[in-house]
Amino acid sequence: MKEPTVRVQKIRRDSVKMRLIIFGTLAVLLLLGAIFSKYLTPYDPYLQDLRNAKAAPSAAHLLGTDRYGRDMLSRVIVGSWTSIFSTLLLVAVITALGTAIGVFCGWHGGRTDTVLMRISDIFLAFPGLVFALAVAGVLGGGLHNAIIALAAISWPKYARIARSQTLALKETAYLKAARLAGSSTVKIIFKHILPNIMGPVLVTSMLDIGTMMMELAGLSFLGLGAKPPIAEWGSMMSDTRSLLSTAPWVTLSPGIAVFVSVMIFNLLGDTIRDYADPKNRRR
Amino acid sequence: MEPVLKIEDLTKVFSRGGQPDFTAVSHVNFELMPGECLGIIGESGSGKTTVVNMITRLLDASGGRITLDGEDITTAKGSRLRKAYRKMQMVFQTPTESFDPRRTLGDGIGESLRNHGMSAADAKKEVSRLLEMCGLPADFAGRYPHQVSGGQCQRAAIARALAIRPKLLICDEATSSLDVTIQKEVLELLGRLRRQAGADLSILFICHDIALVQEFCDRVLVLYHGEIVEQGIPDEVIRNPRNEYTKSLIDSVL
Ligand SMILES: Nc1ncnc2c1ncn2[C@@H]1O[C@H](COP(=O)(O)OP(=O)(O)OP(=O)(O)O)[C@@H](O)[C@H]1O
Ligand SMILES: [Mg+2]
Repeated sequence: MKEPTVRVQKIRRDSVKMRLIIFGTLAVLLLLGAIFSKYLTPYDPYLQDLRNAKAAPSAAHLLGTDRYGRDMLSRVIVGSWTSIFSTLLLVAVITALGTAIGVFCGWHGGRTDTVLMRISDIFLAFPGLVFALAVAGVLGGGLHNAIIALAAISWPKYARIARSQTLALKETAYLKAARLAGSSTVKIIFKHILPNIMGPVLVTSMLDIGTMMMELAGLSFLGLGAKPPIAEWGSMMSDTRSLLSTAPWVTLSPGIAVFVSVMIFNLLGDTIRDYADPKNRRR
Repeated sequence: MEPVLKIEDLTKVFSRGGQPDFTAVSHVNFELMPGECLGIIGESGSGKTTVVNMITRLLDASGGRITLDGEDITTAKGSRLRKAYRKMQMVFQTPTESFDPRRTLGDGIGESLRNHGMSAADAKKEVSRLLEMCGLPADFAGRYPHQVSGGQCQRAAIARALAIRPKLLICDEATSSLDVTIQKEVLELLGRLRRQAGADLSILFICHDIALVQEFCDRVLVLYHGEIVEQGIPDEVIRNPRNEYTKSLIDSVL
């Protein structure tokens, strides 16, 4: 009876590996596309050609042109740079910030811990995007402020995870052994705690890339993120929403770009979570 | 001769939200002389681990005084505590869990050496020597905790504990999680290391198996509900127990 279960496990592991390769490759392609976006555009994304405005998709302009006659495909490609890298920056910031706060609270305990955790409760209980809107509204528009606003409301999830992991680790024999070996707190945190809690934290950030991309695009759409003429998917949709009935390709192409990227990053995050699941691991 | 470890009136009270306070250890007194091996026995929940955790300062004492090698460490912190850890080391009950799963055994064994100022290259050489001293091949330094057996891991843990040549070695049920034959091997290793070190190494041996204590220790304390109810030379305590609890403890084994 043992053999079939072993085989089922192996097949499941292989399929997870397969998915990891597929979505990993897609994500890498997306990133490479964003990095080299400047060289991949068929036309100058800022070049206006009013005679050819609002042209439907054709062989010359695969995604058509917008109301100034700019090539939509080029604009979507160039927009990937801003959209993807501001998302990655945002996720990196909240991961680092949240983890630092969580590890500190878990390790230190006491009053600071209580205060910071209550603050994170408040943020978690609040509808995030509404709060981000308020913050971005106060700070004024612009991509930087949108990132700051989203970072301010998104760290608590990471702080929670890092804190509970740190609390669990604190009780393990190997951390006690590290203390007895004369390691300072800083050394223990960097050598023993962070490496051991990074798994769940990174899985969470992978799963968050999609969400954050949506929220950044959302803020831009509402005019609180990237400002025209910078090509960014959210603000491109916002700019052109009046054209939805007359020239739908102009609004839809950046929307589809957001959709596809979010999809790829979410699927990759899911796969990495499955892969990191100890039940799937062969050690 | 000055004792290596002197415990006076050591007490631990756990306050548990809502419920009445719980006294896990109550006014424990004992001394440990250089080269001596002192056993502490008691049933599960009698407070053995709590005593040990207070001595190693992993837990704050509620009252009393802990003197290690003439220095009061009851409230030691930071660098003063790190200095105390040069003199006292511990072997844990669960060997595999006492090593960081993401680091090699060699890294764990050499950690104290590097922390106390030895260069990485020298520490590496010393780790090989320590592993061989504890009956493991030197190339075990490159293995991860899950790649060795429990008995081998406990040998590595002993190597780690002895790396900075402490005066006091605390073993909290260091053999309980191992099966009987491996238990014997690990005890033999501890006995050999102890004979080699002579008066330079004292051992505090926590155990719930009175037969092991009889075999291994010079003196024994019997802990019951956080209090010492009997102490003496193991053979005498076993032959002539004065306390009811000790009697039942012996009867249950024999
Ligand atoms: N952090 C804590 N909070 C409250 N009570 C505790 C705490 N730690 C231990 N205790 C209690 O103190 C008593 C002594 O526990 P301890 O772990 O010292 O026993 P032990 O003699 O080591 O037992 P074992 O042989 O099972 O290891 C137990 O009743 C336990 O429930
Ligand atoms: Mg115990």
